[in-house]
Amino acid sequence: MADDKTLTPGGAPSGSEPLTPEERKRAQVQDVDRSLYDFVKSEEGYERYEDGLTPEIVRSISARKDEPDWMLQMRLDALDEYHRRPMATNWGPSIAGLDLDHISTYVSPKTKQARDWNDVPKDIKDTFDRLGIPQAERESLAGVGAQYDSEIVYHNMREEVAKQGVVYTTIEDALHDPQWEPVVHQYFGHLIPMTDHKFAALHYAVWSGGSFVYVPEGVTLDYPLQSYFRLNAAGAGQFEHTLIIVEPGADLHFIEGCSAPKYYEANLHAGAVELFVKDHARLRYSTIENWSKNMYNLNTKRATVGADAKMEWVSGSFGSHVSYLYPTTILAGDRGSCEFTGITFSGATQDLDTGCKVIMNGADTTASVQTKSISKDGGINTFRSSVVVGRHADRARCSVSCQSLMLDDISRSDTIPAMDVRNPTAQVGHEATIGRISDDTILYLMSRGCSEAEARTLVVNGFANPVSKELPMEYAVEMNNLIKLEMEGAIG
Amino acid sequence: MSEQLLTVSDLSAGTDDKPILHGVSLTVGAGETHVLMGPNGAGKSTLGHVIMGDPTYRVTSGSITFDGQDVTDLTADKRSLAGIFLSYQAPVEVPGVPLYSFLRTICQKRPELKTTARKFRTRVGQIAEQLDLDQSFLMRELNVGFSGGEKKKIEMLQLLLLEPKLAILDETDSGLDVDALSVVSRGIEAYRQNVGGALLVITHNTRILERLTVDRTHVMVKGHLVAEGPASLIDEIDREGFSRFEQPGVAAVGEKAEA
Repeated sequence: MADDKTLTPGGAPSGSEPLTPEERKRAQVQDVDRSLYDFVKSEEGYERYEDGLTPEIVRSISARKDEPDWMLQMRLDALDEYHRRPMATNWGPSIAGLDLDHISTYVSPKTKQARDWNDVPKDIKDTFDRLGIPQAERESLAGVGAQYDSEIVYHNMREEVAKQGVVYTTIEDALHDPQWEPVVHQYFGHLIPMTDHKFAALHYAVWSGGSFVYVPEGVTLDYPLQSYFRLNAAGAGQFEHTLIIVEPGADLHFIEGCSAPKYYEANLHAGAVELFVKDHARLRYSTIENWSKNMYNLNTKRATVGADAKMEWVSGSFGSHVSYLYPTTILAGDRGSCEFTGITFSGATQDLDTGCKVIMNGADTTASVQTKSISKDGGINTFRSSVVVGRHADRARCSVSCQSLMLDDISRSDTIPAMDVRNPTAQVGHEATIGRISDDTILYLMSRGCSEAEARTLVVNGFANPVSKELPMEYAVEMNNLIKLEMEGAIG
Repeated sequence: MSEQLLTVSDLSAGTDDKPILHGVSLTVGAGETHVLMGPNGAGKSTLGHVIMGDPTYRVTSGSITFDGQDVTDLTADKRSLAGIFLSYQAPVEVPGVPLYSFLRTICQKRPELKTTARKFRTRVGQIAEQLDLDQSFLMRELNVGFSGGEKKKIEMLQLLLLEPKLAILDETDSGLDVDALSVVSRGIEAYRQNVGGALLVITHNTRILERLTVDRTHVMVKGHLVAEGPASLIDEIDREGFSRFEQPGVAAVGEKAEA
């Protein structure tokens, strides 16, 4: 289970002493197989707030962002809420290894937000180059936002998309725009209240970065927008806020990617994603999350969906030490629909508690949940689903399917479905299967020339295929590569 | 004696708790066609699997030499790359793995078959046509939801693509219907024609052998090879069954073996 030992093997620095750059370098785990993600850039010259949480830190974050008073007040209220709430100890995997007194809530690279990659500092640009972001932007995206630690360092959108009236910017910038400040005020914190849970309160107290997207009525984006979140600083938290409003009849695909290099110190991600999908609109929200295995990923995502509107979640969770992640869809209008397609891969030292929630309030709403989980080397996957069908949701239909694949005897996979159906005309179904790779399958593939590792990779990729084919192309490739690395490379 | 392609010598093998094969010796020359027959549970399939390298079975003594190389301790993938092919009675289904990309993968692993995507597509197309296999099958998941006959076609497709030096066709107990039977026959014919490789056909269905020129017939009973002879032995078995080979004393070890 999640205890500190799994994060501090072999004489790693421990305790509360801040690390010197030398120690920091040594603390970085050498793990060649994940070299795509495991590279650290110097933090020299960065602004880094003291660890821990005080009103002074919260005021200071707000002040440097020159926020309206309501936002500062919201932060301070959230801080109170945070301190008022006890740490949950009875939920899912342990987060005892997460000591918030030793998490820096704000780390800023010394740069201004750029609209041209050439204006991004070289080492940061290099990071995003290696993650393939500028290339993807050139080839297949309508706009890109790139966050590095606590701040967005690059944000740009194609001109023709801007001409359609689409807004894709940071929340900070929207707050400084008289046209959009009232909109942010109207929606921000509306779907996920700060009272939702302790980490939601934390989020609202120290949030920084993220994206604001507004798609006007009837506008369809031909290409996706993508935000990428990179947490480079050790012992830091990332608290970005994503607010997306898709007006009636509009259509958007939004992609979110996340990664971080590996440290022995715990890192925290407590972002919030609020999605407003109006009548007849469609939003597809794709995520590939590959946090390093020292990350506590306690993220909250929620969507509200209008009449005849459609919400599609595609979610790949590969990284983090512990995850609590249950994207929620509220089908508020009649005939609204939601599809959730997710995959979770849990290896050594990982305890991933994921799933989704659907709240069906409109009549004739439909929801389809399809998830896959893979666990190996002692990794633990827990899938939770919660389906609530309200009294007025006549003829609502929901199907939940969860398939788990365990690659050895020391890994674990659990399924916890919950259903609360308050309308007699609703149809709700759930199926779950847990399996292993059969020896016959491995023999079959090997006897056609595949090595054992290739055979296993093939089976696992095949298992993941229904999900990976839903991912944007470059992420599907990345996911297959990740599985390959996990299958072939991993020594523990 | 000329150079043999496959030499099984004094091979004993079984699962951890049960010996199945007892001192089996058998040779197959390059390009020859051999038939292995015997009653249910004689160990015929086991021999096929052991030659392929199925780790379910442990070799307790003896050796398997293929194409001049001792393969007794090699894993199945190495034996496959060396040129051994086993067509399964009941091929497994592998969900999510598109048949076409799987075929591409296993061909690209072989230097002698490595080719461009375009040439590969042409080649697969030709073989599929030869087997009367609808191209739409290539886009489906490997064996998933295929009928018995369709699975056999996919096995034959792989056989013809991989061009092995030795093809072991395990047709024991498969209860081939007329359709599947003709698929296998057509596959064998094409293999003989295109590749000219050696065949070891494990069966007790003699109809599959009707259109085949057999060089050698072997009879297995209770894990022992008890008889070996020319093609005419098949006709004899066809007429009289295996009872002649099941006389006490022929099978030295009395325990019941399983295929």
